Amino acid sequence: MYNKGTIIPGLMIFIVFVTFPLWYNGLSAGTVPKPDLPIGQKECVAPASEMRDNHMKLLNQWRDAVLRDDDRVNVKVGGKEYRKGLQTACMQCHTDKEKFCDTCHTYAAVQPSCWDCHLTPAVAASKKETH
Amino acid sequence: MDTKRRKFLKIAGAAALAGIGAPAIVKLTSSAALASEAVQHETAAHGEVAAATGVRLGMVIDMRKFAEQPELLDQAIAACNKVHNIPHFPNDRKNEIKWIWKAPYANVFPELESIHKSEMAKKAPFAVLCNHCDNPSCVKACPTKATFVQPENGIVGMDFHRCIGCRFCMAACPYGARSFNWQDPRPFIDTYNAEFPTRMRGVVEKCNFCGERLALGLEPACVEVAKSAGAMVFGDLNDPDSEIRKVLDKEFTIQRNPAAGTKPSVYYIV
Amino acid sequence: MIEKVLKGKSTYWMWLAVLGTFIAIGAACYVRQYMFGLGLTGMSRDVSWGLYISQFTFLVGVAAGGLMLVLPYYVHDYKAFGKITILGEFLAISALIMCLMFIMADLGQPLRGLNVIFFATPHSMLFWDMCVLWGYLLLNCLCGWVILTAERKQVHPPKWIYLFVYISIPFAVSIHTVTAMLYCGLPGRHFWLSAIIAPRFLASAFAAGPSLIILACLVMRKFANFDAGKEAIQKLTTIIMYAAIINTFFFLLEFFVGYYSEMPGHMHSLEYLFFGLEHDGHVYNNLVPFMWGATLFSFTGLGILAYMKISKVFDYRLVGVASALIFFSLWADKGLGFVFGGFVPNPLNEVTEYIPTANEIGITIGIWATGFFILTLLYKIAVGVEHEVES
Repeated sequence: MYNKGTIIPGLMIFIVFVTFPLWYNGLSAGTVPKPDLPIGQKECVAPASEMRDNHMKLLNQWRDAVLRDDDRVNVKVGGKEYRKGLQTACMQCHTDKEKFCDTCHTYAAVQPSCWDCHLTPAVAASKKETH
Repeated sequence: MDTKRRKFLKIAGAAALAGIGAPAIVKLTSSAALASEAVQHETAAHGEVAAATGVRLGMVIDMRKFAEQPELLDQAIAACNKVHNIPHFPNDRKNEIKWIWKAPYANVFPELESIHKSEMAKKAPFAVLCNHCDNPSCVKACPTKATFVQPENGIVGMDFHRCIGCRFCMAACPYGARSFNWQDPRPFIDTYNAEFPTRMRGVVEKCNFCGERLALGLEPACVEVAKSAGAMVFGDLNDPDSEIRKVLDKEFTIQRNPAAGTKPSVYYIV
Repeated sequence: MIEKVLKGKSTYWMWLAVLGTFIAIGAACYVRQYMFGLGLTGMSRDVSWGLYISQFTFLVGVAAGGLMLVLPYYVHDYKAFGKITILGEFLAISALIMCLMFIMADLGQPLRGLNVIFFATPHSMLFWDMCVLWGYLLLNCLCGWVILTAERKQVHPPKWIYLFVYISIPFAVSIHTVTAMLYCGLPGRHFWLSAIIAPRFLASAFAAGPSLIILACLVMRKFANFDAGKEAIQKLTTIIMYAAIINTFFFLLEFFVGYYSEMPGHMHSLEYLFFGLEHDGHVYNNLVPFMWGATLFSFTGLGILAYMKISKVFDYRLVGVASALIFFSLWADKGLGFVFGGFVPNPLNEVTEYIPTANEIGITIGIWATGFFILTLLYKIAVGVEHEVES
């Protein structure tokens, strides 16, 4: 091999950098996040495993249904009816974004932009109407 | 490379390209058909109105009633702003977000301008909002269908999730009904309505005829305030027995810039 | 051929360094805008398109101007343009990249830009603008590269490339026609609602593009030892003259339509641009000096070119001055006057004036510098190949 003295060390440095995420935390993936589930509610729109996998798709479907197709048929969760939507359904039970939504999103390094527009109950209360 | 192998590679490459491109072409042509379905409305003989189908929401604004109670219009505007988390940019023509607002007659109807106007037309502030046109030029312009005509009710909807902020719709609107979020609006919102989202920077917004309230059986926020004085009537323009049609049959109404061909749904009694 | 950009005189590197500084400043300004929002510009609810879109509109024209070199050489066998068609194609590439950068800088949600492809909307002219811009960019890359490579290897270009060259000719017309159609189909804006917008765009494009090419040729003649040839430059000045005169004629027609009919919709925008518009006791006239400057530049430039033709004089300095004057006059006419004029007065007959902010100007200059950077690199390759072939 030509330039063995440069290439082999270079490759080693490259491999070190590329595998950085694996070994930096001692080969552990960190603690699996435990999101705070809402008190008193056992049911969600769909079973937990399905929601974990598909809640993004479900929210997109709701968004298109409500905004674009004028399909505002309510969803039933645990006997109560909710309007389809992040603020009007999900966050009625999952009221704390930091303790529920963020635990998994931060762990997975995902940054959904939902809350740029959609209000969490905490944010909404910060500028509530005072009578 | 011998010619047979070269020829084979050429054919294989072309077939691969066709295979990759085919789904895209199918998607493009199918969505084009859908777009024309959504936007298409009754084709009428020249000058006539064809038999209308479906619900077509519209509004009659009786300026005579607003002129009698000037604070009513301010209340209607405030109701809309509260319900929809509309930010408040005082005296800021650059950043202001307006869904419904007031302007003098001369500005609302510049093509109906005349030298000798009635007292009311000279003095009273007129209500201005998106006209939810039947043939909207903003929908024609939007490159992503972020703004679209809802076929179920004739509302010109705005999908803030899809808007890329190109502002072509703002250039296209003949009525100046659209606003853009030049920055994050949240610091400028006075109180939050927890039932409705805010918007983020970089998207266009406008009156949405309170689709979310209509779904709950309520009337639009502005209409709810103005209804008591009879200053606003809201309903289905396609239903000959609706209150709004009765008002339109009885009173002479004008519309903003009818020559633009956009067929607005908002009528004014002056 | 790309290795040709890596070797150059110190003037070359200094020029790239100067451009690089402006690019860095522009990038920093863009980061600020990306973090805050387009509120850092001078655009407003009434003037919702500003410098970015106006520069984009002008540069689409400059890109289309390359047609004026391709058409005579490839269709009409005008051999004198043999050396410079590549300059037209490379200018188109650089101008189109600038156009795309200006559009990205202008988007409120740039990360959603792909929505235009995911949710393709054939009834929107912006969709077709994206299609033809990318199509013309790819065509120019392909044609320029293949033909330059063939020239370097001193063989005839392959027969199949001529298909793409001939396709690029209607494409050049289409990019600027579609850009004009963005404006001339909007029912609410009388200043833009005219059938002559597309022809005017094309006329000014066919003057602006060649003007920039002449300026580039003169610079390269001085610094890069590249001579396009007196005949080619003279023919280009003829083309510029005709195109600029036709553009002026079209503009005067618009003046007639507005001022003879005295219809407010057709008149008021021109009044704002050239004389100032009085509204509610305030006179709005911040574009008046630019428009009259543009008029003066245009007539002076045309006058110089006419003088050279009539008295059969040829002076490179006069050619340079005339080209620069005409280029700047067309930039002000289309880049400033046309786009901003359409927003004043707004559909409610109100006036909000537009003054770009420093951040906005920083981004604009940064994108122009990027375009010139790419143009310099591409022209370095073209000139390098030319020198290699000559020796």
